[in-house]
Amino acid sequence: MKVKYDTLDKLLVLELTEEIDHHTTEKIRRRADYEIQRHIPRKTIFDFSGVTFMDSAGIGMVIGRYKVISMLGGKVAMINVKPNVRKIFEMSGILKIIPIEDCA
Amino acid sequence: MKDITENEMTLEFLSKSNNEAFARVTVAAFVSQLDPTIEELSDIKTAVSEAVTNCIIHGYEDKQGIIKIKCKIFAGSIHIEISDNGKGIKDIEAAKTPLFTTKPNLERSGMGFTIMESFMDEMKVESIVGLGTKVTMKKLIKSKDELCSETTN
Repeated sequence: MKVKYDTLDKLLVLELTEEIDHHTTEKIRRRADYEIQRHIPRKTIFDFSGVTFMDSAGIGMVIGRYKVISMLGGKVAMINVKPNVRKIFEMSGILKIIPIEDCA
Repeated sequence: MKDITENEMTLEFLSKSNNEAFARVTVAAFVSQLDPTIEELSDIKTAVSEAVTNCIIHGYEDKQGIIKIKCKIFAGSIHIEISDNGKGIKDIEAAKTPLFTTKPNLERSGMGFTIMESFMDEMKVESIVGLGTKVTMKKLIKSKDELCSETTN
């Protein structure tokens, strides 16, 4: 995962660079929570451009981060979501609370 | 027309979470001989990943055990059987309900069986408490010819 933080905009971009499953979410979750709690961003963006595969573990991971971020008063969005990954998010219904945006 | 050839493979591995990727990629490589579309292949990988993850976190609850995958190619479709000798499922109907999970603390979404059901053509769960669980899935891989002729139907 690559992390970019814009101090002026208080914008945190978490660029996911691996396949997302039960095995990889543990590491992603720890790093993401660390960055979120360190910066308390106004907005956090999950960039999925490097994600070629995701299963339902990704849904739990994003909802979990959404809870942490909302509690700290921040907003969440996702970008660059490939069709196979979007299909899984659509099925779960979480796009109603976490939108996919066109670009950062 | 595609050659209707039959083929089979069996895979056995330890219930370690880093084998999730190994399992789905191996099944995808086996299915490749049916010349699936990228979407079909992605659906199968996801379904396999869900089933294997279930074996690891629910069947064996992170204790070590053996997960077995049997794949069969028959009449242009892929049959996948994924089984464990873990603790089994008490209430299969409840487990299949969307968003139902016994492990919300692990940030599980409860979408595993729902995804398997909708990404594959058929899905069946058999389980005996204390003995294990077997998930059987089937998907027809449409050949490129059939996809073209389908538009005229």
